[in-house]
Amino acid sequence: MREQSEKQSASQQRDEHVVDVAAASAIQTNELDALLDEIDGVLEVNAEEFVRSYVQKGGQ
Amino acid sequence: MSRLDRRIMGIETEYGLTCVGTDGTRKLTPDDAARYLFRDVVARARSSNVFLTNGSRLYLDVGSHPEYATCECDDVADLIAHERAGDAILMRMLSTAEAQMREEGIDGTLYLFKNNTDSAGNSYGCHENYLVTRSGDFAETARHLVPFLITRQLIVGAGKVAQTQQGVRYSVSQRADHMWDGVSSATTRSRPIINTRDEPHADAEQYRRLHVIVGDSSMSQTTLLLKVASTDALLRLLEDRRPMRDFTLENPVRAIREIALDPTGHVKVRLANGQTATPLEIQWSYYTAVAAHADETGTNTGLTARALDLWRRTLVAIEADRPADVAREIDWIMKRELLERTMTRHGVGLDHPRIAQLDLAYHDIRPDRGVFRTMEARGLVDTVVDADAIDRAQMVPPQTTRAKLRGDFIAAAMRTGTEHTVDWTQLKISDHGNRSVVIKDPFAAVDARVDRLIATME
Repeated sequence: MREQSEKQSASQQRDEHVVDVAAASAIQTNELDALLDEIDGVLEVNAEEFVRSYVQKGGQ
Repeated sequence: MSRLDRRIMGIETEYGLTCVGTDGTRKLTPDDAARYLFRDVVARARSSNVFLTNGSRLYLDVGSHPEYATCECDDVADLIAHERAGDAILMRMLSTAEAQMREEGIDGTLYLFKNNTDSAGNSYGCHENYLVTRSGDFAETARHLVPFLITRQLIVGAGKVAQTQQGVRYSVSQRADHMWDGVSSATTRSRPIINTRDEPHADAEQYRRLHVIVGDSSMSQTTLLLKVASTDALLRLLEDRRPMRDFTLENPVRAIREIALDPTGHVKVRLANGQTATPLEIQWSYYTAVAAHADETGTNTGLTARALDLWRRTLVAIEADRPADVAREIDWIMKRELLERTMTRHGVGLDHPRIAQLDLAYHDIRPDRGVFRTMEARGLVDTVVDADAIDRAQMVPPQTTRAKLRGDFIAAAMRTGTEHTVDWTQLKISDHGNRSVVIKDPFAAVDARVDRLIATME
């Protein structure tokens, strides 16, 4: 009996966990869009030149 | 190898540096940009190779790369704080350098990238150091470490947009394409996965240094935690000589490249015994053995427990194709999410310059501009240490290792204006007497000889 209730609570916890994860990634979708707006405003305008000119000497 | 109760660990980070004008073109060569970055340091120390009051080393390395080597840490949280302190210290140098450039009429902005490749295919590294005991069979340890390190990119890679013979693809690793050997003593000519250059910076009869040069630099603190704590826990298992399944690869260099280009973890790589295995299978095998050993030895606690939990969840997320489950914690997964969303937003492909730019900007360490750092500031990613710990690590060494003795010595020398020279094992007052102390024990945080040396300066 006790075993069963432990099993139940474990599966309940799992369900709650699943719900939490889904909610968290939904929030992240909006936040990620806001982030991308911010990034679009900060990045160098000339992406192609910026990337091409990023040349280093090799290190270790 | 016999087991260490505490392990000294350190991370060396080589940064990419560039100076760009308002039109996006390069304004200074890497050499000149590095000269500006280090001008203040050189003016104060008459050298571009200095040790700091936090015990760490800052220098200009091969190829004009600024490099920061953390001091000796015996705790993963300390190591993460000290690794991030390096970013903060370099950011201050960057601000000073930009002010000097403006005074001299140079229209340019400096960028420091904590990544491992530039646009022309040059690579620079992030090296991990783990102290191990000298007793035992290093070749046997290396035999089990190499397959782990080659497959580890699947969980702790930093990701990049890679040009391949099959066109532009997303690779889980920055570094995989630049490794040319399994285990050797070279570093630049033929980069090995484990470098055998034996500089323990300690009593060489007792210790050796495991020098891992295959890893990607980590932006994410949780990815860094997983990278270091899983390797440390595997070393504990190997030090206890537990049996491990042999995953020796037929061709390590080919395997590392094949694995990098398969984010699903399902690519079959050939083992030396003629069988094949997928990187997911290999990682699960290591995880299971390491977690069982940690449980058995009572070491599955604190940050090790957090790292092992993240290891398991990352393997599950990849296997079940649910990357969102670890999108706050694993660099290559969070970066891919950003790139994919940007591609959808702007209707562009993986080969678009905007995507290449974002791939680079992820690693920009400037807090108000770098993409990862912006995500961190917005609370979109998980952290291990807080801002106070990183601030403190810029000034204060860990209190439990030799770094404390070095940091205290340097702080006293600076306070009293005493000429001094320092390296990993030696503290020296540069006067006629040339008084010096050599500290061979990296675990020593108390030493009466150092106290006496400091007393002579006061």
